[in-house]
Amino acid sequence: MTQPFPFSAIVGQEEMKLAVILTAIDASIGGVLVFGDRGTGKSTAVRALAALLPPITQVAGCPVNSAAPDDCPDWAEVSDTSLVQRPTPVVDLPLGVTEDRVVGALDIERALTRGEKSFEPGLLARANRGYLYIDEVNLLEDHVVDLLLDVAQSGENVIEREGLSIRHDAKFVLVGSGNPEEGELRPQLLDRFGLSVEVSSPTDIMERVEVIRRRDAYEREQAAFLKRWRAADTKLRKRIMGARLSLPQVRASDAALTHCATLCATLGADGLRGELTLLRAARALAAFEGLREVGFDQIKAVAPMALRHRLRRDPLDEAGSTTRVERVLEEMA
Amino acid sequence: MTHAPQGWDRAALALRLFALDPKRFGGIWVRARHGPVRTVFRDYISQIVGPTVHLHPTMDDETLFGGTDFAATLAHGSLHKTQGVVRQGTVLQLTMAERATPGFAARLGGLLDAASHSIVLLDEGADGEELPPDNLCERVAFFVDLDGLSMRDIAQIDALTHTKLDRVQVPDDAVKTLTETAAGLGIWSLRPVFFALDAARGLAALQGAHCVTADHLATAASMTLAHRAAPLPDMAQNPEPQADDQPSDTQPSQPQDMSDVEHLIDATQAALPPGLLATLAQGRRKRSHAPSDGSGDKQAHNRRGRPKPSRQGRIVSGKRLDLVATLRAAAPWQKLRTKPDHAAVALRAEDIRIKRFENRSDRLLIFAVDASGSAAAARMAEAKGAVELLLAEAYARRDHVALVGFRKDGAEVLLPPTRSLVQTKKRLAALPGGGGTPLAAGLKAGLEQGLQARKRGLSPTLVLLTDGRANVALDGAGNRQQAAQDATQMAKAFAQAGLDSLVIDTSARKSTPLRALADDMHGIYLPLPFAGAQQISSAISHSLAG
Repeated sequence: MTQPFPFSAIVGQEEMKLAVILTAIDASIGGVLVFGDRGTGKSTAVRALAALLPPITQVAGCPVNSAAPDDCPDWAEVSDTSLVQRPTPVVDLPLGVTEDRVVGALDIERALTRGEKSFEPGLLARANRGYLYIDEVNLLEDHVVDLLLDVAQSGENVIEREGLSIRHDAKFVLVGSGNPEEGELRPQLLDRFGLSVEVSSPTDIMERVEVIRRRDAYEREQAAFLKRWRAADTKLRKRIMGARLSLPQVRASDAALTHCATLCATLGADGLRGELTLLRAARALAAFEGLREVGFDQIKAVAPMALRHRLRRDPLDEAGSTTRVERVLEEMA
Repeated sequence: MTHAPQGWDRAALALRLFALDPKRFGGIWVRARHGPVRTVFRDYISQIVGPTVHLHPTMDDETLFGGTDFAATLAHGSLHKTQGVVRQGTVLQLTMAERATPGFAARLGGLLDAASHSIVLLDEGADGEELPPDNLCERVAFFVDLDGLSMRDIAQIDALTHTKLDRVQVPDDAVKTLTETAAGLGIWSLRPVFFALDAARGLAALQGAHCVTADHLATAASMTLAHRAAPLPDMAQNPEPQADDQPSDTQPSQPQDMSDVEHLIDATQAALPPGLLATLAQGRRKRSHAPSDGSGDKQAHNRRGRPKPSRQGRIVSGKRLDLVATLRAAAPWQKLRTKPDHAAVALRAEDIRIKRFENRSDRLLIFAVDASGSAAAARMAEAKGAVELLLAEAYARRDHVALVGFRKDGAEVLLPPTRSLVQTKKRLAALPGGGGTPLAAGLKAGLEQGLQARKRGLSPTLVLLTDGRANVALDGAGNRQQAAQDATQMAKAFAQAGLDSLVIDTSARKSTPLRALADDMHGIYLPLPFAGAQQISSAISHSLAG
């Protein structure tokens, strides 16, 4: 397998990078949606993320990557209960995937050949404690979207079919990317993503030239290129780990909470998920910046990505959601 | 101009470059009708690039990526899987690429992104009307147009001598020049620039040169960038072939490199017959609002909705096995059948039962908007306002909408069924007014859209906004009497097809002929002389709900 493009070597696209880093610090923020034109490095960034994530400790033989032998589901009949370190799973959900592959299904081979009823885990099991990446998420078949909505919401995959009655943990960070020209995303799914980022090609010529140079170097002298960026990636990973540790100590004052609430109320964001995500993202950012308290600056920095996809869309308003968020932020400052 | 090979030379060069490193170049987009030239070119593909896997846009996921082979599994009593066709080779050939749906294209796009495959897109689309999906065109480096070539133009394409792409040196400013050229041509994606850079290397490699020269860059740009160029502002308004002296104000920056970059832009633009660029650009615009797969306009609902009794069938992608029913079907035969070793049950393919579901289909609102002079004078703005309000509502209900405008001598489908509200709104706002009222043509276009949509499992409803003063017949002639007759005939066809319809009279006074027309259509007639847009909208939702 070829090594992914180093995360630190991605030119520009600061917002996308920040969003990805924040979810790596606090998984409960709940995923990133990257929408943008073709050829802007959407998938590159997501695939680069895998290399950046710290490894997880899991039971070796467990199909759902459980952290302790007691957490392993009964149906899995785990034989090897030693603890091992594995890279954080980043599971690709291909578009043509069948429902069975996603949630898992009856193990047909055993059912047909031995007449036994056993469960064959699917992609959701593999993605537990990690990331689930869907490229071209807006083209995903509706019935698969329905399944994902349910699981992403509850963090648990419940299978009640073909005589099976099984449940297992499926806590994952949903990462989606897509091109808005090809179709819109259903609002229900949109809401499940914690952060949403819009990317576009850089317009500055020198920045574009730099993108080409780096990509070219990556393709041609991969080993040297990866080596050159390894230090930067390691530094970033350490910073993420540090932020994870200090996250519980980051306080959010009443003033900060009021800011979040005011912002959401003024924008008319539906539900409370907006406030929660905004607060969590701001807290993660504060931790990332080495602060002990969430300030207005952090809220301001993450507000567009936390809220822009939650605004009740006035379908006839030409102004983008980003502009609306920024407008309100300016009024508040 | 010498940098831009034309016709067969271009095709031959593209093929040889592609063969140098198929995965890096992604592929070739070959625009060619069926014919001897295409056959020869395809022969050369397998000769120079190697064996290819043939794909077809209607292949399902199981065929593409593999799945369970039920016949073999049941016969042997152990799990047998079919190998997907994409595993049979790394170079794919997609015939009828213009028919590929966005979903199909996205699956192939994934393969190209993983750099495991490359693809030859054989595009047989009629001029500018159908193009392969954007995401595939974006991911292949070269565009070759074989239309208009005859057997006389064909020359031998030499096989490759072993050449290494990566040995070739690239001068430091080449990247910058290419980036600027792409920007100057209005290409904002960065992928084409990689292609151009690699193509320049490839050209040097083919000539045995060690370093990329300005000539290589120019040819590379013409090979990889030309067909992606955005239409220049003056070209968009004026579909005639573009003038040779392109306005240089499209070039944003860096005056010191101007000459270089301009030279490249010239070379690039000379690469294609001038008319083609405009056609491609236009086709791209048309393509961009084709209905996408994600909007759920599936006819066969195999997995959602109310369950129905399962039925004998074959397990193909998208269907679900009803295991209990299958076993029940197999049970009576167990004693008679010979069981494979270790098998508890002897299953045969004919035992397979498939789950079935019934689902309500999505609704499609087809707006047929009269944009004639008379309507424009009366209430064009109001009618547009009403449609906009309806669109907002359709959006909330996740209905699909389509837009047909009619004026002057015919009707035009401004927007095929879509859920993209923004698109609809843009099209509607851009709808010009003026000219006669070809009511019959408008109805006909609406009817065609409706029937097509019904075939795809949608429930269409036509909303006709007009003042009813038909004065252009179906054949485009300005004959009031004939026009009225044609309109009546079309209305009857509507009733016959059993499509729901709603006629909104936008004229200043109630129009009796329009009322008759609505009756002919078996539709609802809404005379709303001086209602606001809001009222029209609520009236429509009311009558639709009933």
